[in-house]
Amino acid sequence: MKRMTYREAVRSALREALQNDPRVFIMGEDVGRYGGYYAVTHGLLEEFGPERVRDTPLSEAAYVGAGIGAAVNGMRPIVEVTTINFSLLALDQILNSAATIRYMSGGQINIPLVVRMATGAGRQLAAQHSHSLEGWYAHIPGISVLTPATVADGRGLLLAALNEPDPVFIFEHATLYPLEGEVDEDAGPAKIGEATVRRTGNHVTLVTYGGSLGKTMEAAGQLADEGIEAEVIDLRSLRPLDTATILASVEKTHRAVVVDEAWRTGSFAAEVGAQIMEGGFDLLDWPVQRVCSAEVPMPYAKHMEDAALPQASTIVQVVKEMFQ
Amino acid sequence: MTDEEIRSTVLRLLSDIAPEADLASIKPNVNIRDQLDIDSMDFLNFVIAVDKELHVDIPERDYPKLATLDACMAYLAERLKAAGRARPTD
Amino acid sequence: MAEFRMPILGADMKAGKLVAWRKQPGDQVHRGDIIADVETDKAVIEVEAFVDGVLERTLVEPGETVPVGTILAIIRLEGEPALAEMPAGPPVEAGAPTVAPHPTVPVQPPVRLRVPEAGGVRISPLARNLAAKLGVDLATVTGTGPGGRIQQRDIEQASAAMARRASAAPSEEVADRQMRMRQAIAAAMARSHRDIPHFHLFTTIDMSRALAWLAKENETRSVADRLLYAILLIKAVACALREVPELNAVWEDDRVSLKPDIHVGVAIVLREGGLVAPALHLTDRQGLGDLMRDFRDVVQRARAGSLRSSELSDPTITITNLGELGVEAVFGLIYPPQVALVGFGKIVERPWSVDGQIVSRPLVTATLAADHRALDGFRGSVFLATIDRLLQEPDKL
Repeated sequence: MKRMTYREAVRSALREALQNDPRVFIMGEDVGRYGGYYAVTHGLLEEFGPERVRDTPLSEAAYVGAGIGAAVNGMRPIVEVTTINFSLLALDQILNSAATIRYMSGGQINIPLVVRMATGAGRQLAAQHSHSLEGWYAHIPGISVLTPATVADGRGLLLAALNEPDPVFIFEHATLYPLEGEVDEDAGPAKIGEATVRRTGNHVTLVTYGGSLGKTMEAAGQLADEGIEAEVIDLRSLRPLDTATILASVEKTHRAVVVDEAWRTGSFAAEVGAQIMEGGFDLLDWPVQRVCSAEVPMPYAKHMEDAALPQASTIVQVVKEMFQ
Repeated sequence: MTDEEIRSTVLRLLSDIAPEADLASIKPNVNIRDQLDIDSMDFLNFVIAVDKELHVDIPERDYPKLATLDACMAYLAERLKAAGRARPTD
Repeated sequence: MAEFRMPILGADMKAGKLVAWRKQPGDQVHRGDIIADVETDKAVIEVEAFVDGVLERTLVEPGETVPVGTILAIIRLEGEPALAEMPAGPPVEAGAPTVAPHPTVPVQPPVRLRVPEAGGVRISPLARNLAAKLGVDLATVTGTGPGGRIQQRDIEQASAAMARRASAAPSEEVADRQMRMRQAIAAAMARSHRDIPHFHLFTTIDMSRALAWLAKENETRSVADRLLYAILLIKAVACALREVPELNAVWEDDRVSLKPDIHVGVAIVLREGGLVAPALHLTDRQGLGDLMRDFRDVVQRARAGSLRSSELSDPTITITNLGELGVEAVFGLIYPPQVALVGFGKIVERPWSVDGQIVSRPLVTATLAADHRALDGFRGSVFLATIDRLLQEPDKL
């Protein structure tokens, strides 16, 4: 076991992939000479050279499209789109090519493409650079959507993604990069499609993913002081979604809250809520609650951004109302 | 929670388990399992109800400390005080 | 009015000293005029005014050091009346937000609940199922949830109140029911004694491993998932039946029929007297946690009087565990058409020999009452020995 940061964990998976498979290469804006906007690819250009770590022009549509083309031709590209905010410029490539070529070719062509993106708010980057659109991606059939929330998963889920024959989109919440944790460097790929119970409890199920895991665990700690034992589920992958783990928990607790940094309307939390209702209607003693961001473009001023995002105190308040 | 509130809660939970019992005549320092004809399943249900209602988790090794009504109340008052949720009698 | 505040003259400046006023109250001030000298860590800086007007009053004396943002002076703009008295605002802390961070207002809009029309009952799905299971009439329940919604706890309380009422004032009906139950038990026991040639075997089992394992296991489980010791006995009996299937049978039409599935019946004493022995279905296939849940559910319904008839007719063998009542061994009567009854007494600490040494162990006496038409002593002994063996490896149950 080794202690490292989330960004180092992702980097270790990238290095291992570059070392073990000559078809793997990394491409994106500033991944090479600059070492990556979030310093994830720091040092990789020096170690593996410009054929394996490629700086791209400032055009998401172009380099995501190029990644798709490379994958079609037998390579295993890992494309880094700096943030989910910029990925909007590549959405047509993603939705209409990456997700669909396999089906439109009658199964003749696979796209083993891995795309990594930073996501989320919390660093005063304001309205255009603070989006949480993982739910939009999870809407698309034909791809996988992963949301590593722990240091170990930052490495394990990326290794797993490289084994998939179809496109995998990995969303790394930008506030997680400096997070420290223990990683077993001999551990292989994690399992895609399995949620993990990060904390057990009998009174309420808190379902969350990605950057919201920390706040949800903090809320669980505060609730425990008041005698409410919360069970916290880290989804780890939004598509495929591990409904079985969620329902097993709700069977025990009869109450569920979904914590999601996206805007409430049409959020992924709404999908989880619908699935809990469909699969666990008879188990529920209370309607499923959602804690999401306020329906505003993300403010710039720190105190306003904090007020717009889900916080531990909001989660605690929502849970306590379920027990009046 | 005051001592009075703890007592009335415990009595209510016991009467849920042993509905035919005459609570007014329970002797507070005699073994409750004998007095109220409570078996191990009933006792476990009582422990679960205490956890749910008072949010006090009673580990198995503490079961002997709940032998009588007085012992029960002393134990719960202490646990609630430790959790910062007990008040002296108003 | 315009406020002239202590400016930030350096990126990390927190406070500054007003050295001198360059304008006096009553003086005309134009945009760009030097209005004051301010000293920072680095130098004395001449500070300009940004508005046109008249310097109304100064609020800070030369020589005073104040935090950045503090109002230093008031400038009356063109056309405004003079003010007699202007209270000095509290100094603004450098860097402090004027709004408290992390307001606790939840960031979602309240959901407006639709009330069902008159006559409708608002109830959670869980509570509705529980009411059906416990036989609670919803018309008698008051909901404590929002909008009067009935929840799990309301049904539980209603059910407990029902039981209290039933036992507090036993009506004619209840007394009748109890008498009929007594008569049914009497008939069954008489028939058992008359028709079944019973033989009895017993064995003493060292429960130290099972009890130690159970204590450790329960430490890892939450309160609601704790296992009762009886569950180990039930599962051990069920697994033993897999190895000695002749006991999982019935005697009917003058012959023994082996049953394919194992449904262990558990004898449950009812609070007002009376005994039922409903089945825990497919006992050998359930994990201990599931078995505990099943057992708890069956006991609750047995005491609420809402067992299903299939549960009463399905058992392929019955266990009676009278250990809690202080009896050491149970030599009971078999429930026809079953062919066996397994009994467990109380656990007693007794001397026991292990590798030639005398030690104190918690022992339990397990008894088997068996139908000699269907079984012989040999298979009965094997069965008891198997139960013993299984209870020595509780983690495998």
